[in-house]
Amino acid sequence: MKPEIIQELIAITDRDRVLDTLDERCTYAYDASFGTYLPDVVVFPKTAQEVAAILKLANREKIPVTPRGGGTSLSGGPLPVAGGIALVMTRMNRLLEIDRDNLIAIVEPGVITADLHKRVEEIGLFYPPDPSSSNVSTIGGNLAENAGGPHGLKYGVTKHYVIGLEVVTPQGDIIRTGGMTVKNVTGYDLTPLIIGSEGTLGVITKAILRLIPKPPARKALLAVFDDLIDSGRAISGVLTNGILPAKMEMMDNASIRAVENYKPCGMPIDADAIILLEVDGHPAAVEAEIEQAARICRMYRAREVRVAKDETEREQLWLARKLVSPAITRVKPTKISEDATVPRSKIPEMFQRLREIREKYKIHLVVFGHAGDGNLHPNIIADARDKEEMRRVEEAVGEIFRAAVELGGTLSGEHGIGTMKAPYMEMELGPVCLDLMRRIKQAWDPNNILNPYKIFPQPGQTRVVLTE
Amino acid sequence: MSAQQTKLPYDETFQCVQCGYCLPACPTYQVLEKESASPRGRIALVKAAAEGKIDLLQHLAGPIDQCLGCRACEVACPSGVRYGMIFEGAKQTIQTAKRSRGRETPLVKALRRLVFEGLFPYPGRLKALGGLIWLYQKSGLRKVAHAIGITKKLPFHMGEFEAALPDVPSPFAYLARQRLVKAKGAGVTSGLSDETAKAKVAFFAGCVMDSVFYETNRKSIELLAAAGCDVVVPQTQTCCGALHAHAGELEQAKELAKRNIEAFEATGADWYVNNAGGCGAMLIEYDHLLADEPEWAERATQFVQKSRDINVILAQLGPLPFRKELPYRITYQDSCHLRNVQKVESEPRELLRSIPGTEYVELPGADGCCGSAGIYSLVQYETSMKVLDEKMKSVEATQATLVVTSNPGCLLQMRMGIQRANLQDWMQAVHIVDLLHEACGLG
Ligand SMILES: Cc1cc2nc3c(=O)[nH]c(=O)nc-3n(C[C@H](O)[C@H](O)[C@H](O)COP(=O)(O)OP(=O)(O)OC[C@H]3O[C@@H](n4cnc5c(N)ncnc54)[C@H](O)[C@@H]3O)c2cc1C
Ligand code: SF4
Ligand code: SF4
Repeated sequence: MKPEIIQELIAITDRDRVLDTLDERCTYAYDASFGTYLPDVVVFPKTAQEVAAILKLANREKIPVTPRGGGTSLSGGPLPVAGGIALVMTRMNRLLEIDRDNLIAIVEPGVITADLHKRVEEIGLFYPPDPSSSNVSTIGGNLAENAGGPHGLKYGVTKHYVIGLEVVTPQGDIIRTGGMTVKNVTGYDLTPLIIGSEGTLGVITKAILRLIPKPPARKALLAVFDDLIDSGRAISGVLTNGILPAKMEMMDNASIRAVENYKPCGMPIDADAIILLEVDGHPAAVEAEIEQAARICRMYRAREVRVAKDETEREQLWLARKLVSPAITRVKPTKISEDATVPRSKIPEMFQRLREIREKYKIHLVVFGHAGDGNLHPNIIADARDKEEMRRVEEAVGEIFRAAVELGGTLSGEHGIGTMKAPYMEMELGPVCLDLMRRIKQAWDPNNILNPYKIFPQPGQTRVVLTE
Repeated sequence: MSAQQTKLPYDETFQCVQCGYCLPACPTYQVLEKESASPRGRIALVKAAAEGKIDLLQHLAGPIDQCLGCRACEVACPSGVRYGMIFEGAKQTIQTAKRSRGRETPLVKALRRLVFEGLFPYPGRLKALGGLIWLYQKSGLRKVAHAIGITKKLPFHMGEFEAALPDVPSPFAYLARQRLVKAKGAGVTSGLSDETAKAKVAFFAGCVMDSVFYETNRKSIELLAAAGCDVVVPQTQTCCGALHAHAGELEQAKELAKRNIEAFEATGADWYVNNAGGCGAMLIEYDHLLADEPEWAERATQFVQKSRDINVILAQLGPLPFRKELPYRITYQDSCHLRNVQKVESEPRELLRSIPGTEYVELPGADGCCGSAGIYSLVQYETSMKVLDEKMKSVEATQATLVVTSNPGCLLQMRMGIQRANLQDWMQAVHIVDLLHEACGLG
């Protein structure tokens, strides 16, 4: 990068917040997915005005800018594919206000999600979006990816909790969308357009978030199934019988085994699948609902149902689910974590398709995830150093997406498109819809400087490539 | 790519899935707020260096030197990445490269010579240094020096460290120390070394501990005896080698390990007890250190199985014979190596809670490094002080009158922290052994 540009960036921020040595740049070349792309310079803005000045400069010089939060993206969102500026938002991390009367929080984008959880829960409130990465991920990253989590089933995902934004456009203007009121119907609603735009339309510099009262009680159960397909039916069964669990997660036999090998939690390793289910709300309702849920699981041939007696037992039950991700990387080091999502009623069928894919490509495929909302996490465990295996994995990934779309589902329930799923966009959206999206991007960012190469496939790009 | 680069622990880096779970646990990431000061960043850099994409000295050395080696990241990592191995492998490779390219800063070079070649392999010399400090402290020179402000002008911030040093023993004290101290108290018959002893333990004196913190060692031995142990102090023991290993001097560390294994085997003790978290962490990793030397591996494993931190032994053999009520409000700062490597977390807290008259308050973030980390506070002074100043905010908030630690480096650091935060009027720092000794009225 030209020294004059570096000087200008320093003038906008300060010497400590512009890093351009190779070692520093190397550490902003990755996220939690695949591939490494070196930025030319790393900048840490502290105010919306600084972000605006940086984008004006970048737009003038046509330098690519890639916003970044905690770098936990699983789809390649913060990778600086075209080099240029890595715009790291982590030092813009003030929790500006928690307004108890209006049930809102105003935050800067670099606030760590779990810190917000902690702060609002201290005063009896609740911010439900809870990606498993919440200890590391930032609110800005959550908004840009429209992150979900186990609470998605009952409480919805990030977009349901954002009522207003401050955004810097690619041309360097500061705009506001939405506002401080829960109801707001003035003009086009740009807030949800920015949410989930993966840093391609603007840089979020402030967010006004909706909070809700914290549910006073909760209770969880574990149901054990001898047949995976039955567990899928039980999931639909619970929901169609009028219970809306706060969370409903499933793990298949391969995930159960991986966890039990890694850190025994007392789960049945001969089970084909387990369901973990939690209800929350008024204590009396919680009692009644957990019992009914247990009954329904048994009706759908659960061979065993364990209801946690107290908080400790509840945490014990969830421990197994928390350990899945780390446990499976002990099998082989490379984890390709997908989040293909299907309509709930199609879960049993999706399980069947995943089984076939596993056999066909002889890959190590485990399935767990937020079954309650159809958001499965088929995870392929491989070794990036084994080129031949990785090529089979690439094929299998394509087929998983095809299966999801054919069943009326989507490429991504929560991790976003980034670089990893761009090749499959047309498969889900069709050429006309994809073209409309392209034109929206063009209108916002005529010089295509903000997070290029994301979401939209490059000409001829039809499959993911995992081998460097 | 240089030949050295191929020696980096490359395969280990593949275990990292770059999830970032380790970031909130890392003290240097917290104060420097950039990825190259985080575990995930350092691992990525080691990988890049092993692939020849970056230079060992120009790009890898800086970020690795900034690492405290506290290994909080290892505890936080869900994928079981062995960061300690990656870190030490990188240190050693960098060290070899520095040497072969003649690229050490004068301070580091001087310290290295002093520490690794001149001092630590020879406990005798370290005691002699202790003797010099003793002379300096006792002769009134210290008062004069303070009065004319010389200590403020010492290079490398030595003045601040000097102020945190305890009074060191006279060189004659070592001569007076008995080699075997018999267990005290009522006879519990056991088939062990002595009819009345609960156990026979061999005491690891450590080099810094035994010179600068001689008193703490003396008290450790007395406490162990009071708890019912026969205590031997093997005379041919030497430095644990931690400073060497963490600075990339693995060969020297191995030599020291072998000498210690020999010295302790000869005692026939049930347990080998140490009282410095950092040394203990090194001692229990002798099996890794010597894993590829067939004639030593098994002996090292035996050694590791018998090694115990003093807190564990005291908690196990207790309750201690307390005789005094102490009027302190106590908080405890973990030694990273005691907690993250040796996994000793509850025992010191149990012991502290059991002291009559005191009130125990848990220090929020006690599991985070204080920034001391061997010679880190000397060579990375700025970062070390940033970490320390952060730490002192929570220490002050506990309103404790006494901060207890279980490692000499941490103790010095906490003393410095107390001075920097200007809390010396009502707050002090002590080693846990000194406090337990006082509460047992052992004089
Ligand atoms: C172990 C693990 C578990 C996970 N679990 C979940 C889960 O349960 N649910 C889920 O939804 N996701 C999950 N994820 C994925 C990831 O954590 C989320 O996508 C998260 O929202 C990313 O946040 P981040 O701060 O790390 O953003 P980054 O990864 O740094 O960036 C993500 C995207 O946001 C953009 N961006 C970042 N900040 C801004 C800003 N201020 N303005 C504009 N654009 C910005 C970036 O350009 C990029 O496109 C998980 C990831 C890991 C590693
Ligand atoms: S050892 Fe400590 S300082 Fe070093 S990377 Fe790990 S947590 Fe950070
Ligand atoms: S927590 Fe472990 S796997 Fe995750 S980034 Fe840190 S070292 Fe890598």
